[in-house]
Amino acid sequence: MSTPLNTHDTPEAHGDGENSSIELKETEGLSQSAIVWRKFIRHTGAIVGFTVLGLVALLAFTSQGVGPIPGWWIHGHQASNPVINPSGAPTWTLANPFEPGPHPFGQDDIGRDNFARVMKGTQISIMVMLIIGAISMVIGTVVGALAGFYRGWLDAALMRITDGFIILPTIVVGAILGKLVSNSNAVMLGVALGAILWTGLARLVRGEFLALREREFVDSARVAGASDFRIMFKHMLPNALGVVIVNTTLLMSQAIVLETALSFLGFGIRSPEVSLGALINEYQTAFSTRPWLFWWPGLFIIVIALCINFIGDGLRDANDPRQKKIPSQRQMDRAAKREAEAPAAGGIRGDAATHPNTAEPGPRPTEE
Amino acid sequence: MLTFLLRRFLSSALVLLVVSFVIYLLLDAAMDYYYDLRTSTSPNIAALYESRTRLLNLDTPVIVRYFLWLGGVGGCLIGSCDLGTAWQSGQEVTSMLPGAIGNTIKLVTAATIVSIVLGIGVGMISAIRQYTGFDYFITFVSFLLYSLPVFWVAVLLKQYGAIRFNNFLGDPAVGWTPIIVLTVFAGLFWMAALGGTAKRRLITFLVAAAATFATIYYILATGWFQSPSVGIVGVAVTGLAAAIVVVFLSTGLKNRRSLFSGLTVAVLGIALYIPLQWLFYYVPMNWFLVLGLAVVTVLVGLGVGLAFGGPDKWASARTGAIIAVIISVVVFFDRVFQEWGAYNRHPAINGRPVATIGASTPNIEGSFWFLNLDTFTHLLLPSIALILISFATYTRYTRGSMLEVMNQDYIRTARAKGLGERTVIMRHALRNALLPLASIIPVDIITLIGGAVITETIFGWNGMGKMFIDAMNRNELEPVMAYILITGILAMVANLVADFLYAVLDPRIRVQA
Repeated sequence: MSTPLNTHDTPEAHGDGENSSIELKETEGLSQSAIVWRKFIRHTGAIVGFTVLGLVALLAFTSQGVGPIPGWWIHGHQASNPVINPSGAPTWTLANPFEPGPHPFGQDDIGRDNFARVMKGTQISIMVMLIIGAISMVIGTVVGALAGFYRGWLDAALMRITDGFIILPTIVVGAILGKLVSNSNAVMLGVALGAILWTGLARLVRGEFLALREREFVDSARVAGASDFRIMFKHMLPNALGVVIVNTTLLMSQAIVLETALSFLGFGIRSPEVSLGALINEYQTAFSTRPWLFWWPGLFIIVIALCINFIGDGLRDANDPRQKKIPSQRQMDRAAKREAEAPAAGGIRGDAATHPNTAEPGPRPTEE
Repeated sequence: MLTFLLRRFLSSALVLLVVSFVIYLLLDAAMDYYYDLRTSTSPNIAALYESRTRLLNLDTPVIVRYFLWLGGVGGCLIGSCDLGTAWQSGQEVTSMLPGAIGNTIKLVTAATIVSIVLGIGVGMISAIRQYTGFDYFITFVSFLLYSLPVFWVAVLLKQYGAIRFNNFLGDPAVGWTPIIVLTVFAGLFWMAALGGTAKRRLITFLVAAAATFATIYYILATGWFQSPSVGIVGVAVTGLAAAIVVVFLSTGLKNRRSLFSGLTVAVLGIALYIPLQWLFYYVPMNWFLVLGLAVVTVLVGLGVGLAFGGPDKWASARTGAIIAVIISVVVFFDRVFQEWGAYNRHPAINGRPVATIGASTPNIEGSFWFLNLDTFTHLLLPSIALILISFATYTRYTRGSMLEVMNQDYIRTARAKGLGERTVIMRHALRNALLPLASIIPVDIITLIGGAVITETIFGWNGMGKMFIDAMNRNELEPVMAYILITGILAMVANLVADFLYAVLDPRIRVQA
C-alpha cells in the first residue's frame, strides 16, 4: 500500500476543481458507474496493480509474439543457443543494469534462453487465467441468476450442484480434469478449470438476485411486458454487475495460482509447452546450480497474482456504497492545523466541519 | 435443530453420492490403464493387454464397476470395508489409509492451530490500528501471502530453511548487519502494533529493540543453537510474562484477585518444574499420560482462580487455566528439546536436524521425547508452508469482521458508559467478531487439506495428498476414490459443524427446521 497522504498539500485540496472529494460529488448527481469509476482511479494500490499487470502482459505478448506474428525478442523459447556465461548465468547483472545482454534471465542446461521461456510461460499462464475467468464468470452468473430469479426447485437443484463442487478441494478436481484433458492444449485446460471455479460467484450472484427480484423496477418491467430473460439480463444484471466484476477479478488470482500449481504437479500444461508453473516444475532440481531458472518464473507468478489482488481490492472498495472514507484522527488534526495557519481559506471552514472530507481528498485505500 | 441437522446431513450425503459417481466416470476416462504397455515391444503384447483388462475388470461397463465399488464402500457400514486394491502395488487401499490419514492430521493440526492464533491476533491489531502504517503493512503482507505459489515457497524453504539453516547450525556465526536489521525491525513492528502517543511509541520501540537485541546476543553468546533448551530460567521468565499478558488481556491488571491467581499459577508451575523432570525421568511417557497431565493442569489453574474467590471468580479461574496451559506447553517443549544433543549426534541425523523429506527418520528408535523431537523437526518446514497461506486468510477475515463490529452501535454504547478500551475490545468487540470465524474455520480446514496435496508431494510427507498424487501418476483409480470419499465426508461434517456452531453461537440465526 502506498502512503495515503500524498496529495494533501496541493492547493486544490480545498474543495474546488476535479480533485475534490468524490463523496461530495454524489450530490451533483453523478451516475453510479461514474462514482465507482472515480473511486477506483483514486485507489492507489489498484492503479499501480493495473499498470504493472498491463506492462507485464505487454512485455510477454510483444516479446514472444502471438501465434504467427513474431515478437521482437531474438530468441525463441525452444531453441538452444550457445551457452555464454559459465553454466548459463544471467547476462543482466546488478553491476551493469543498463546492458541486458543476449540472455538477461540466464540460460538452462541446454542453452535455451530463460527470458524467452519465462515470457512464453507468462503468456500462456495469463491466457489460461483469462479463459478461466471468462468461463467461470459466464457459468457463475447464469447459474446464480437462474437460481435467484426462479427460486423453488430450480434454485434447490442448482445450489445442490454448486455444493457438489464445493465439497472437494479445487486442486483435486483440477488435477482429475487436468489429467483428462492433458493431451490437448492450454485452451482446453482453461475451459476445464473454468468449469469448476464458478461456484463462489454463483452463490453471490444468487444472493444478489434474490434481493433484486423484490424491487419495484422488476415489477414495472414485468408489467411493461418484458420476458423473464430480458428482466434478468437487461434489468437485473446491470445492478449486480459490481458483485460479478469484483469476484471475477478475485477469482482470476485464484485461477493463476491453481493453474501454476497443477502444471507444477504435472496435471496442467506439460512439456514441451511452457507455463510458469511448468517451468518451476522443470527446474526445481536445478535450484542449487542454476537458481535463476527458478526465481524468475516464481517472481512473475507473484507479481501477476499480487496485481490482480490489488485490482480486485480496489474494485471492491469502489463498488461498496457504504464505504465513506472517514479521515483518521491524525489527518483531521493536520487539516485543522493547516486551516489555522491559513485563515484566508476560512470561508470553507464551516463546510469542512460538516464534510470533513473537503480538506482531505487524498486517496485512502480501504478494505472490507 | 435436530431436524435441521438431519436434513442437512441427508442432502449432503446425497450430494456426496452423486459427486462420487461423476468423479468415478471422469477418473475412468482420465486414467490410462495401459500406459506402460503402449511403448512395449514384447511379442506377447496382445496377451498382456488381455490380462490387464481382466485384472482391472475393464470389460465390465464403468457404471457397473462404480456400483461394485460402491458395494465395497457400503460394506464399511457393516464393518467389512473394501475400498479396492491399488493394482500396481497390489496393496489394499484400506491398509494404506490409516497411516496416510494419521500423517495428514498431524500436519494439518499444527498448521491450523498456529495460523488461527497468529491470524486472529494480527488481524485484530490491524483492525484496531486501521489506516496506520501497521495496517497497510499487514494488508500488503497478507496480499503477498495470498499470491505466493505454495510449491515455489516450499522449494525455497527446503533450500534456505533446511540446507542453509543446517549449515548455519554447524557454524552459528552471524554478522552485525542482520542483527541490527532484525533489532530495528522488531522495534518498529511492536511500536506500530502497540501505537499510542509519541512518547509511548518511543518507549515501546526502545524496549522491543533492546529485548530483541538481548535475546539474539544471549543466543549467540551462549551457543544456544548447539543445545537449545528453555531451562528453569526460561520457564520462569515465560511463565511470569504469560501470566501478566494474559491477565492484562482478559481481566485487566487492576483486577487484583485475577492478577494474584495468575501469578500464583505461574509460581506453582515454576516450583513444579524440578519434580516434573523427575517424573519424566522415571515414568515412560505416552500421549495418554500427556493428556492426563494437561487435564490436571487445567484443573489446577481453575482451582487456583476459584480459591481467590471474589465476585467474578470464574474470570480469575479462566485466566488461571489459560496461564497453566501456556506454562505446561513450555515445560513440554523444554523436555522435548532436552533430547536435542543426543538427537543431533545420532548417526542418522549427523548434525543436520531440520529434515526436508518424510514424516520421520526411517528406523530411528528412542524414548517418547526423542521420537517427538524427530517428528517436530520433520513437521517444521511443511507446517510453515501451510501456515503462510492460511495465516493470510485468517488475518483478512478477522480484520474484516472486527472492523464491522467496531462500527456497531453497541460498541459506541459500551464506550459511552465509560468502559475501558481493553474491555470494549476484548469483551464486546472481539467475541462478536469471532462469530463468523466459527463458521469459516471448519471449511478452511478442508481447504488446508486440499493445499496439503502440494505440500505433502514436495516434502515427501506420506499423507492423503501424496497418496492421491501418487495414485494419479500411477493410474490407479481406487486410492483416488478413497481420497475423494474421505475428503468429501470430512467436508460434509465440516459444513455441518459450521452450521451448527453458527446457529448455537449466534442467537440472531434461526434455523428453519
